[in-house]
Amino acid sequence: MKAMMRNIAIGGVLLALFAMVGTGLVSATYLLTKDQIAENEKQRLLGSINALLPASAYDNAIEQDLIFIRDPIISGKEEIPVYRARNGEEDVAAIIGAIAPDGYAGPIKLLIGIRVSGEITGVRVISHHETPGLGDAIEIDRSDWLLSFIGKSLSSLTEAEWAVKKDGGVFDQFTGATITPRIVVKSVHNTLLYFQKNRKRLFESPAYQGEAT
Amino acid sequence: MSYISYRQLIADGMWHNNVAFVQILGLCPLLAVSSTAINGLGLGIATTLVLIASNLTVSVIRNWVRPEIRIPVFVMIIASFVTAIELSMSAWFYDLYRVLGIFIPLIVTNCAILGRAEAFASRNDIPHSLVDGAAMGIGFTVPLVLLGAMREITGFGTLFAQADLMFGPSAHWLTLNLFDDYGGFLLSILPPGAFIGLGLLIALKNVIDHKRAENRR
Repeated sequence: MKAMMRNIAIGGVLLALFAMVGTGLVSATYLLTKDQIAENEKQRLLGSINALLPASAYDNAIEQDLIFIRDPIISGKEEIPVYRARNGEEDVAAIIGAIAPDGYAGPIKLLIGIRVSGEITGVRVISHHETPGLGDAIEIDRSDWLLSFIGKSLSSLTEAEWAVKKDGGVFDQFTGATITPRIVVKSVHNTLLYFQKNRKRLFESPAYQGEAT
Repeated sequence: MSYISYRQLIADGMWHNNVAFVQILGLCPLLAVSSTAINGLGLGIATTLVLIASNLTVSVIRNWVRPEIRIPVFVMIIASFVTAIELSMSAWFYDLYRVLGIFIPLIVTNCAILGRAEAFASRNDIPHSLVDGAAMGIGFTVPLVLLGAMREITGFGTLFAQADLMFGPSAHWLTLNLFDDYGGFLLSILPPGAFIGLGLLIALKNVIDHKRAENRR
């Protein structure tokens, strides 16, 4: 009985020791890498933002000038970030991380740049689950389709023109995949409508304090 | 102690007892990540590093760990190494890390690693365990790259696309566009293509084994 208790105690202590060493290794790696990881994430974010809006167009620290919004139409149940680009006192554009909730295979996460005037500066797909080879032409690496949004606004196209050609609009669909482009067009259009309605609030809300995600 | 020669260990890991072709372990990452050769290479190298590190550690502590607690200890060792490698990749190979995503932490569930710790490293000395880890790891990487290359060539018509994710921007020349204006072959890119490809590779290995056995006779 005594021997068994002793064995259990030794086993427990050994296990705890190994747990401490393992945790130590992970903590050391974390401390060594955390600055580099934060820098990588910031660069990626700035990279996606600057693909939509040239860095020369604004002079604020855009990755910190963000708010989170929630809207049933453009973000579903999730909170999405809105980055504000400003040049001195002047508002330049908003970069909205809209979510198209009803893609062919799950939600499509977008990043949409909208100038104060309501004109689109660019659209990128951040993540999606569309069929490779068919629906993935919404990726900028695979086709130029997303570029067709540049310069469009609510005033440059009528309500009916905000659709794929098959539905009487001006945007191309893809061979074999109509659902994906249709959803993206709808989501961009909805985001423009949201922007038009909430522009003042989007630019005037105080920036979110805390860790950007 | 160990009576197995290093040569035997390498031959086992690379061929006779290959993780992917013979033990059929680690299928989840093998099938999911092998859509291109570079993805396969990235996951293969990460898995090999974990295998070597865990085999080394398990072999070092094999005389101190009591049999009752060995499995939790091994799991803890493997989990720590995987987390450390995940953090390092996200710091220094960020783009590749984003491509491989969830499959880096999932290395922990690759039974090949716990299997080698339990079946080999806990019973053999340090040099043998190191060689075994490296041989098993490379024996897992080669099928991953082969399957990735097969699927990439048939699916996208390219080879070593995105090599720059791994070797930096100077590696763009590695990317080969094999066919002009290739339409793509969806089946290869989707999961069924991975199963069919792996099946073909295993069949090829069996044919070679068969031929060699016949020649010997």
